[in-house]
Amino acid sequence: MNLANLSPLAVLLPILGAALAFLLIRHHSAQRAVSIGILSVTLLLECLLLVSVWNGGTTSVTLGGWLPPWGVVLVVDQFSSLMLVVSTVVSLAVLIYATGQGMADGDQEAPVSIFHPTYLILVAGVSNAFLTGDLFNLYVGFEILLTASYVLMTLGGTGPRIRAGVTYVVVSVVSSVLFLVAIAMIYGATGTITMADLAVKLAELDQGTQNLLHVMLLVAFGIKAAVFPLSFWLPDSYPTAPAPVTAVFAGLLTKVGVYAMVRTETLLFPGDTLNVPLMVVALLTMVVGILGALAQSDIKRLLSFTLVSHIGYMVFGLAMSSVAGLGAAVFYVAHHITVQTSLFLVTGLIERRGGSSSIDRLGGLAKLSPLLALLFFVPAMNLAGIPPFSGFLGKLGLLQAGVELGTPLAITLVVGGVVTSLLTLLAIARVWNRAFWRKPEDAEYPDPVLLASGNVGVLPRTMVGSTAGLVVFGVALTVFAGPLFHLADGSAEIMLDRSAYIHSVLGDSVEVPALPQRDGAK
Amino acid sequence: MSINLTLLIVMGVLYACGIYLILERSLTRVLLGLMLLANATNILILSTGGYAGLAPLFSKETNPEAYSDPLPQALILTSIVISFAVTAFMLGIIYRTWVLARQDEIQDDLEDVRVAKTPSFDAEDDAIVPLETSEFAVTPTTTTDRSHPEATEKPHTSTTQEGGSA
Repeated sequence: MNLANLSPLAVLLPILGAALAFLLIRHHSAQRAVSIGILSVTLLLECLLLVSVWNGGTTSVTLGGWLPPWGVVLVVDQFSSLMLVVSTVVSLAVLIYATGQGMADGDQEAPVSIFHPTYLILVAGVSNAFLTGDLFNLYVGFEILLTASYVLMTLGGTGPRIRAGVTYVVVSVVSSVLFLVAIAMIYGATGTITMADLAVKLAELDQGTQNLLHVMLLVAFGIKAAVFPLSFWLPDSYPTAPAPVTAVFAGLLTKVGVYAMVRTETLLFPGDTLNVPLMVVALLTMVVGILGALAQSDIKRLLSFTLVSHIGYMVFGLAMSSVAGLGAAVFYVAHHITVQTSLFLVTGLIERRGGSSSIDRLGGLAKLSPLLALLFFVPAMNLAGIPPFSGFLGKLGLLQAGVELGTPLAITLVVGGVVTSLLTLLAIARVWNRAFWRKPEDAEYPDPVLLASGNVGVLPRTMVGSTAGLVVFGVALTVFAGPLFHLADGSAEIMLDRSAYIHSVLGDSVEVPALPQRDGAK
Repeated sequence: MSINLTLLIVMGVLYACGIYLILERSLTRVLLGLMLLANATNILILSTGGYAGLAPLFSKETNPEAYSDPLPQALILTSIVISFAVTAFMLGIIYRTWVLARQDEIQDDLEDVRVAKTPSFDAEDDAIVPLETSEFAVTPTTTTDRSHPEATEKPHTSTTQEGGSA
């Protein structure tokens, strides 16, 4: 039996776990055990999926007895299974961190008990979006994860969270409506919404219609992925949520948008029709995002801006539509999910130890808590792209691909990428100098918790442990960068070739349409 | 495929009203706008299914022109359920805003406003290095108030008087 046939379980298990966790809403320890257990089993399953597609190639699973192109299919290829594994590792670490936080706070906040079911639903939505081979099912996956994220964002219902939640909900709903309009138009134009079938049929439309549908999908996904100028909502809404929630949002939700953009660009609309606008957008995202980060004094907001900025790198890799560029982008996505999430988790720890996340109110954390400093330093350097970390390797891959492409715009982007990397280092160094390196007394407005001596701001072991685990996972991505880059390049090759995907869904007899003329890419 | 003009006009009006409403500052109007947008999109999906009034698919031999396409209706059903859930959630949020702030309006992000107002002068990086760098206590007149505007508890500043920062 092919292991890939078990792939629906990656969605079903978290949903079942959510139901179970909801039943156990009054039994906190049982609830914790169920959600962590379910997520661990899901992770194990996804590792098996990754191994199976690494050897066996792309596989599709037909659901509900309806054959494609009518029914919904799930498609497991190297990219989707890699994303599944990385996202579940990150969600598991964040879940353990959140339970640690809940235990340390003694479950004081009443709605914490709905955290577990909602969180598992979020994971199910993310897995569904990664696995699905059907455009409308992708919309449903997005809605599952968004609805769960609305609840998580406004957890506790405090003033700032409600304020941020309103912006977030309205922006997300508008982007979903745009996506739905695009689906309706695509269905009207082709009569199908199975992605493999669309890959064949969209090519038969005239260029103008294709461009319209293409742009509509990209705008809808661009809002979700927070690509400039559609990124305005992100730094506004993410920082107010609880630390673990912000961490998982920063790691996963925007990357689901990036994933959908990758699928659109490679499977539905291959070729380079929109590569130039995408590259311009990528450049602006990188530069504007990081300039925003430099102006912030709150670490969470600063990290939100670096998140926006580094989405630009992924779009850059995608816009080159070459194996080297796309492979580097795939590697970068895996790296960035891990690093960004660990940084937000560390910020939660900083807030606990220092009483604040504003760098004007912090100082001397390196001496007060050396372990915390180490946990911040490693992913921070990784994010800034300092050798030998995976951030450096990913950026190097992107820059190499850009130079290889050699167009003036690509060279501009290479320069922009280097500048962004340096500015990221500057932003991170500012946090390091202020929050960690100077004396606590030198802070402009030192926080009372920071100056207090004795048993204040003790970090629970579970929280430190899960953060450390994620940091180690990030370092492991560096150590095993060779095989990972190999996998990323392989998945890029498969995605650009398209035949494996289409044949696995529609059967081998279907003829894959030839790619449109591609002048720029090698 | 022929187009149903009534549906098309209704859809256009709904989109126009919806977009107008979500640009308002009042949350209830934004919610109404989102509902109109969702319904306009449902009509758009419906109009991709062909004429109104055709029979549903009954047997395999039916001519494709003679039955109505069931898929758009399934899609609309899903999207109605989703927009129902989102509307309920939005109503909850609007009620919560009312309870907390007694106003039904989108509020500004204070931190964003603060960053926007920050002068390019950076207190720590751009300050003139004070000539007095000795460890001895500075006269009380030069000591600035170091409590954060947002601080709930005023930190004790008696032990740290190595020169004002700003």
